[in-house]
Amino acid sequence: MIERDRGGRFFAHLLLIVGVLIVAFPIYYTFIASTQTIQTILRPPLPLTPGGEFAENYGQALFGGVGRIGGVDVGTLLFNTSVMALGIALGKIAISLLSAFAIVFFRFPFRMFFFWMIFVTLMLPVEVRILPTYKVMVDLGLIDTYAGLILPLVASATATLLFRQFFMTIPSELVEAARIDGAGPMKFFRDILIPLSRTNIAALFVILFIYGWTQYLWPLLVTNDNRMNTIVIALKKMVSFADADTPWNLVMVTAILAIVPPVLVVVLMQRWFVRGLVESEK
Amino acid sequence: MPKAAFPNKLLPYLLLAPQVLVTLVFFYWPASQALYQSVLKEDAFGLKTEFVGLANFSAILSNPNYLSSLQTTLIFSISTALLAMAPALLLATAAEKVVRGKGFYRTLMIWPYAVAPAVAGLLWLFMFNPTMGTFAYMLRAAGVPWDPLLNGDQAMLLVVVAAAWKQISYNFLFFVAALQSIPRSLVEAAAIDGAGSTKRFWTIVFPLIAPTSFFLLVVNTVYAFFDTFGIIDAVTAGGPARATETLVYKVYIDGFVNLDLGGSAAQSVILMAIVIALTAIQFRYVERKVHYA
Repeated sequence: MIERDRGGRFFAHLLLIVGVLIVAFPIYYTFIASTQTIQTILRPPLPLTPGGEFAENYGQALFGGVGRIGGVDVGTLLFNTSVMALGIALGKIAISLLSAFAIVFFRFPFRMFFFWMIFVTLMLPVEVRILPTYKVMVDLGLIDTYAGLILPLVASATATLLFRQFFMTIPSELVEAARIDGAGPMKFFRDILIPLSRTNIAALFVILFIYGWTQYLWPLLVTNDNRMNTIVIALKKMVSFADADTPWNLVMVTAILAIVPPVLVVVLMQRWFVRGLVESEK
Repeated sequence: MPKAAFPNKLLPYLLLAPQVLVTLVFFYWPASQALYQSVLKEDAFGLKTEFVGLANFSAILSNPNYLSSLQTTLIFSISTALLAMAPALLLATAAEKVVRGKGFYRTLMIWPYAVAPAVAGLLWLFMFNPTMGTFAYMLRAAGVPWDPLLNGDQAMLLVVVAAAWKQISYNFLFFVAALQSIPRSLVEAAAIDGAGSTKRFWTIVFPLIAPTSFFLLVVNTVYAFFDTFGIIDAVTAGGPARATETLVYKVYIDGFVNLDLGGSAAQSVILMAIVIALTAIQFRYVERKVHYA
């Protein structure tokens, strides 16, 4: 024990409470706004407690459709975004598990060539090669499809590197034992490697799900049809400060609905998330 | 690395196939297209293209708009990185001090990480836009001529705050991990020698977390460079009068709005070079020097 610093600890709590308030406030503010009538929202300052329009606003947005984005309801948007986020997360995990397995547990010509070929993609986010990637999508006819939303973002090396790192810590005795017992490579993969990687998979899933859910530039480009929008894109389309008939109450609801699912994933899977975050950047 | 390997000849290629295929189609093909386009010039109707060598690059690098966008990006990135890191470090040291409620504070602190950049931008815009934002209303009531939609500096301030807010959680988690990895005995020894808590922080704790800080500086800069497209587009759309037009935003505007393919491709190539440089710095200086518990 260093010193009984009662005052210091009190001050630390105070600091953290202020910090948490500042960090959480924008979300709270939007939540308050999402329970108000549009008239209240347009007449600042906003009250600090929720209004009475919760059921009305959320019901309207989720099932009624929003005129500004072509009458699409937020339920559809949530579905699209979930498909995209899950597709990216699961797709990346699947192809990276396979390729890391190949690179670590097999010896074959051009092994390192393939490793470097994948590794290089680590460096270039989709933002810097948008136009050519977009042209490729047009050539392949993938505009306004789920495949178009998912596939280009599955091409990244982060997950492969993480699994490779983890696989390299697996003792070779385990591989030998499996082989002596007559297990083929796929049986080893399925019955030993996957169960051992469970924590890593969970950690990576959280991070990739968030990554997929929060995408902006890419879905903006590959979706023209309002029915294919992700919730983030639709939210941006709804907002117009110049326009008097922006449905602000529904905008606020959409913002909250765009925030809640990924926040839930992060908070509920917090243990794996924190681990995954710190490990994957190592 | 396990020395034992499976003897199959064909199987490893099949296992690699999905990733290699996706990488080739969505990464190498477009990246080579960008390189190729960057040395071509297309006429206004897209009828003929000619090889112009490095003309696109020299045109960009001598374009005052590009240079001012570069400056904007640097100001934006550095301010965002600092504003996202300093409060995170302060809060992380506070979280190290408290005994109870650590998990509770952490849970409330990690929310913004899950918020999409574009949504983060909109949240701040809701609070601070001149027509309906409560804080804009309060600022004006206090006599501040607040209008981020017209004033470039205020627009920059707003996007920096929104971008930094989203990144605080990330930095907080890393600083907490770094602080936890500092050996208790070191801090205790200093305390026995009579060093107060401020002195302990600057002479022991801070040097030990310096590698993490440097790592976060690189990560935050990369974040501000590339992942903030959504914030810029949602809050200011690069305006007013290009005051918040970052390099990535300019690639998008020139390519998709102004349809200047060669110029946009050349900008992409320059950005790729920047990313590769930043990644190289990160690997060279950070790898193996950062320790987490």
